[in-house]
Amino acid sequence: MTAAGTTNFDEMLNGDGAVRPAYSDFCEWYGSQDKAWLKRQDAEAERFFRRIGITFNVYGDDAAEERLIPFDMIPRIITAREWRKLTRGIEQRVRALNAFLQDLYHRQEIIRSGRLPVHALRDNDAFLSQMIGFTPPGGVYTHIVGIDLVRTGPEEFMVLEDNARTPSGVSYMLENRETMMAMFPELFTKVPVRPVSDYPRRLARSLRACAPPAYRGGKRPVVAVLTPGIYNSAYFEHAYLADQMGAELVEGSDLRVMDGRVAMRTTTGYKAIDVIYRRVDDDYLDPLTFNSSSVLGVAGIMDVYRAGGITIANAPGTGIADDKAIYSYMPEIVEFYTGEKPILNNVPTWRCSEADSLAYVLDNLKDLVVKEVHGSGGYGMLIGPTSSKKELAAFEAKLRAKPDNYIAQPTLSLSTVPIFTNAGLAPRHVDLRPFVLVSPDGIDITPGGLTRVALKKGSLVVNSSQGGGTKDTWVLDE
Amino acid sequence: MLGRAANGVYWMHRYLERAENTARLIDVGFHLALTRGDKQSADEEWKSVLTTTGQVEAYCRTHDDFGGPQVFNYLLRDKDNPGSVLQMVENARTNARVVRTSITNSVWEATNEGWMTLHDLLSRPVRESNLGEVLATVRRQSMLVRGALEGTMLRNEVFNFARIGTFIERADSTARILDVKYYVLLPSVAWVGSSLDNVQWETLLRSVAGNRAFTWLNPGSMDPKEIARFLILDGQFPRSLVFCYEKIRSNMAGLAKEYGHEVSAHELLRDAGARLHQTSIDEIFEGGLHEFLQDFIGKTVEIGNMIAADYRFIE
Repeated sequence: MTAAGTTNFDEMLNGDGAVRPAYSDFCEWYGSQDKAWLKRQDAEAERFFRRIGITFNVYGDDAAEERLIPFDMIPRIITAREWRKLTRGIEQRVRALNAFLQDLYHRQEIIRSGRLPVHALRDNDAFLSQMIGFTPPGGVYTHIVGIDLVRTGPEEFMVLEDNARTPSGVSYMLENRETMMAMFPELFTKVPVRPVSDYPRRLARSLRACAPPAYRGGKRPVVAVLTPGIYNSAYFEHAYLADQMGAELVEGSDLRVMDGRVAMRTTTGYKAIDVIYRRVDDDYLDPLTFNSSSVLGVAGIMDVYRAGGITIANAPGTGIADDKAIYSYMPEIVEFYTGEKPILNNVPTWRCSEADSLAYVLDNLKDLVVKEVHGSGGYGMLIGPTSSKKELAAFEAKLRAKPDNYIAQPTLSLSTVPIFTNAGLAPRHVDLRPFVLVSPDGIDITPGGLTRVALKKGSLVVNSSQGGGTKDTWVLDE
Repeated sequence: MLGRAANGVYWMHRYLERAENTARLIDVGFHLALTRGDKQSADEEWKSVLTTTGQVEAYCRTHDDFGGPQVFNYLLRDKDNPGSVLQMVENARTNARVVRTSITNSVWEATNEGWMTLHDLLSRPVRESNLGEVLATVRRQSMLVRGALEGTMLRNEVFNFARIGTFIERADSTARILDVKYYVLLPSVAWVGSSLDNVQWETLLRSVAGNRAFTWLNPGSMDPKEIARFLILDGQFPRSLVFCYEKIRSNMAGLAKEYGHEVSAHELLRDAGARLHQTSIDEIFEGGLHEFLQDFIGKTVEIGNMIAADYRFIE
């Protein structure tokens, strides 16, 4: 594997500097635009985002401090053929994830068969004993999944991470498209881009299809989005999705358990909710069952859930499936439940809990990316090639002290897509998070997703909390 | 609609209305202070503005002089002043974020853009030279939000709670402004309609944006009893007490219609409204203007609290 920025696959230009077919229509348009005008549009985009209030709060910052995720106006383009293959791979993986969860909380065949060691479950906080023996309404565990993909070559897409708890970022997918269409309407008459705007409608339909046994038909099932509140980093998204779905946006303080249902306080009394799309973590969901000091959840919701009074999306306990320790077993998991070879590969992963792997990781630390098993958001990770000797030594000590807490992966040569800068186009590393909806009616993947881009030259960290930006993601029509 | 959302919409509009009213009072104070020659009477005007907004005590804890720029910066942007215009605009926006799913994009954007502009304008001390611009921005935001509400919102419960918030706040504000200045309207032996009286009456009317309207209705005359009647009982003037109560009544009727039943606040409002309608300006003066206003302010607070309880604003 090569280190960052040396040789990598650029999605717009091939090795000779010629434009690849996916970008030919776009580049033709781009070449004919006045560059000074584009610069003005670029500045305008930020104003547009601030005005509509798409901001996020960074953990640890002053709560009042609202930041903007930088938006880059050069789209990331995926051809119809590439997307077909991705779709098949994602669908296979999501099917496997749900089958895996069903199995883990019931017979645990995969452990009996010896394909997954029992220690992967034991001592894992993401595995919730409260879910054992219970099947969620419709048999769906992960109603909404975000699969993080990276690309390393023309045909090589790999899964970097599965987000099976509460994947965020879909509002950026939607707003980025809105922004592009507002800024460059004529561009969309020149390039056949598949729409993403019906995602909220699909989400609402998908959630309604998972109504709990207590829902007796008649009016549509009542759907609510549960948010931790306006100071949460993703509040904008919670409000946006609730608004677009026509669902209520509720907080823990609006809810209580009444007559075996979870009900929300309206101006005319309490009203039962059928499906709750919760954007709070498992731990905060029910103070009676989990973290007793939580004020973000609803006391007693787990009892209502187990008695069939409400559907919780995603189901509690799905975090076990996107845990980084479990991730390394995903190829086996996909094969075990689908009987097929995985269409999308994993990134090769060393489990530091295993002595051989740990030895290898320690010997090659400067070439590897080391991640905390339970970490997220790009915090607490080591990127070997860009770290100083001192940082490497400090990390080595942490690694030796608690090897179980880490996995390691090679430093991938992530693909690049150009971003717009005042000096012209400049290649930057990207990843991709498509959004997947699961219901008893099937698996639905919106053509597109969230492309995150590392804005700093050579950087491989695309997380918004670490200075990453986003791009509109285009899937071309057949 | 969620009780918490009703609370949010209601307070969002109260805060916007309050910010606008405070801006108007500052404008009047500034205007008067400019026309007063000596510093002492100018300072007196600024002190009176603080009294009207109920902030004079808090102000005196940290300041010992009523210089104009000091007072208007305190009222507009002082970090230690929880009732500053900036804080109210922020409160309005925070509430708008809470109820983001109940209001239209236009209403949200008007609120958010106004906040962004003011946040920027008020990040530095305001000077006399740009005070006008700041005050105009506050008024403009309030008007833009009101216009967006009028032009884009469904006439449903959300709209009704927004309007109730606006008019509860406005009724309270007009009554308080009147109460601070009520003595200038009282008949007295010394009262001869001097030019000083005229200035004070004019000021009072300007404080509630009623100077032009009053002149249209009463060309060429300035009568204190007529001014009091205008501010309390005029059914056409959009800041009079009667007008505000009539609006609250009609928005409360909208809620009763939508929900299919009345709540106890309807009864309370009906009684208070009826008393207001049946009274005359002579009766008010007979019973005492100050007493009347105190009673009215108390009743308005009571109505607001009852609406919050009846519609489950909080747990």
